[in-house]
Amino acid sequence: MSQAELILAFESSCDETSVAVIRNGDEILSNIIATQINSHKRFGGVVPEVASRHHVEQITTVTDMALKEAGVSYEQLDAVAVTYGPGLVGALLIGVTAAKTIAFAHDLPLIPVNHMAGHIYAARFVAPLVYPLLALVVSGGHTELVVMKAAGEFQIIGDTRDDAAGEAYDKIGRVLHIPYPAGKEVDRLAHLGQDTFHFPRAMAASEDLDFSFSGLKSAFINTVHHADQIGETLSREDLAASFQAAVVDVLVEKTLQALHQYDVKQLVVAGGVAANQGLREGLQAALAKTAPTVELLVPPLRLCGDNAAMVGASAHVERARGHFADERLNADPGLNFARA
Amino acid sequence: MYTLAMDTSNQAMSVAVMQDQTLLATTTINHQKTHSEQLLPTIKTLLAAAGLRVAQLDRIVVADGPGSYTGIRIAVTTAKTLAYTLNKTLVGISSLAVLAAGVTRTPALIVPLMDARRQNVFTGGYQWVDDQLTSVIADAHLPLTQLLKEVQILGQPVVFVGVDVPKFAPAIRATLGAQATFADPLSAYPQASRLALLGQVAAPVSVFDFVPRYLRLTEAERTWLQTHHDEGHEPYVEKV
Ligand SMILES: [Zn+2]
Repeated sequence: MSQAELILAFESSCDETSVAVIRNGDEILSNIIATQINSHKRFGGVVPEVASRHHVEQITTVTDMALKEAGVSYEQLDAVAVTYGPGLVGALLIGVTAAKTIAFAHDLPLIPVNHMAGHIYAARFVAPLVYPLLALVVSGGHTELVVMKAAGEFQIIGDTRDDAAGEAYDKIGRVLHIPYPAGKEVDRLAHLGQDTFHFPRAMAASEDLDFSFSGLKSAFINTVHHADQIGETLSREDLAASFQAAVVDVLVEKTLQALHQYDVKQLVVAGGVAANQGLREGLQAALAKTAPTVELLVPPLRLCGDNAAMVGASAHVERARGHFADERLNADPGLNFARA
Repeated sequence: MYTLAMDTSNQAMSVAVMQDQTLLATTTINHQKTHSEQLLPTIKTLLAAAGLRVAQLDRIVVADGPGSYTGIRIAVTTAKTLAYTLNKTLVGISSLAVLAAGVTRTPALIVPLMDARRQNVFTGGYQWVDDQLTSVIADAHLPLTQLLKEVQILGQPVVFVGVDVPKFAPAIRATLGAQATFADPLSAYPQASRLALLGQVAAPVSVFDFVPRYLRLTEAERTWLQTHHDEGHEPYVEKV
C-alpha cells in the first residue's frame, strides 16, 4: 500500500450530521459538520425524532460538500466508514443507511465504527497514539475511562453510575437559565467566579474508578432553590465555578487513580466535554505534578464534539485489522466496549 | 428505462426492478425483520436476478410516506443516496398512493388507511381517471370520524384498503353502510411494481431537498408551537 488510503466517513449518532474524507487515518481532507443545536435548544435537549428528521434532510448535502471539498472521486476511495453505535437508533440509521448505500453503489468495503472509539481516535490528528494508553471520554452521553493495550483493543475500567458529565452540565444549566447545551457557558462563567460553595466530590475517595454526578447535581439544585426561597441572589459565576471545580476534581481524581493502577504512555481526553477549559487545565496541572512522563493528548475543539473525521481515523485502524461489514449492517444503539 | 422501486413505509417491505412497464424482479417481505437489515441485500439480489448492474438503473422511485417514521426514512435515505451517488433520477410517491394503486379496474373512490393511533389515520382518496391514479382527497393525518364524514359527503362507492382496515371496519360500516366495500386482504400489502409504474410518469425531485412526507410534526414541535412562533429564528441546522 504505497498509495494514500482515502476513507469516506459518516457520523450521525446524535445531533450532528457529519461526513469527512480522511487520508491515511490522520489527515483531514474534509470534515463537514451540520449541527442541530439551534433546533434542539427549543426543547431543552435532543429530541430523537427531531434529530432523525434533520439527519435525513441534511445527509446528501453534507456528503456532497465533503466529497467536493476533498476533491475526491469515488474511484479514489478505499472504503466507506460509519458510526453504527452507540447513539440514538433513529439518528444512527441515517448515517448507516447512507454509508451502506454508497459502499454498495461503488462496490467499496464498508467499515463499522464504534462512536466511542471514534472519540478516542480523534487524538490521532494531534499525535500518533502510543500504547498502552488511557482515555477519558467525557460527553453529553458518556463518562468513561478506557484502557487501550493496543490499537483496536478497548477496555472500560470506569463508567458513570448515573449522569454523564455533560448531562450534569445541561441539568444545572437549566437551573441557571442557560440554554441547552450549557457546557460552554458554564465553563465561561466558571472562569469568572470562585469555588465558594464547596459542593460534594462524589466517590472521589472510593477505590473503584466509577463516576457519579447525581449527588453534586442535587446539592447544586438544593443550594439554588434554598436561596430562591429566602430571597437571596447567589453569584452565577461562583455557582458555575463551584460546580465545575467539583466535576473537574472528580474527573481528575479518578483519572489519576487509573494512571496509578495502569502503566500507560499516553492520556487521551476525548468527547464533547474535553472542550472544557477547566478540565484541560485541571488535568494538565495534575499530570505535570504526579505523572510527568505520561503524554497528554487533547484533540482540538472542533474534533472533540461529534464529527466524521474521528470516524475516518478509527476506520483506518479497523481497515488494517480487516474489520468490515456488509449491506446487512444495522445500527446498534447500545454498543459498548467490554468492561475490564 | 430501468426503474428500481422500494417501499418500507410499514411492516411489509416491497422492492421491484422494472424495464419500462415490464416487471423484471420483485420481492415483498412481510415478516418481523428490520428494513435496515434487509433493504439493500434485497436490492442487490433483485438486480442480480434481473441481470443488471446498479449503475444501469435510470430511475429510483421511493414510497416516501406517510407511515412508520423510521421505515420511511430507511427507504428515503437509501433512495436519495443511491440517486445522488450514481447521478440518477429520483421520484417520491405517496405510500398511500402505492396502496391505492393496488386496487385496479374500479371506478370507485379508493381510500387507503394506515393506523396513526388514538383513532387517527393517515389517509387520502384516489380514483382511476383515464388509467391514471388521481388524488381526490389529499393525503392527511385525520381523525377517522372526519375522514368518514368527508367520504360520506362525496356520496360515491368507496373501497378501503390497508392492513389496518379490518380494525376500523365496524366504524366504517356504521357510518357509510353499503357505500363502503373492502379490498381483498392481499391488496393491503404495497407492491413496488405498482410504485414503479406510478414513479415512471411522475416528476423527478431534487435529491438534496428530498425528505419524507411525515404528514405530522413531532410531538415536541407541536407542544413547542403552542407557545412559540416558528418564524425569524436562526437556521435549525447549521454547518459549523
Ligand atoms: Zn459523541
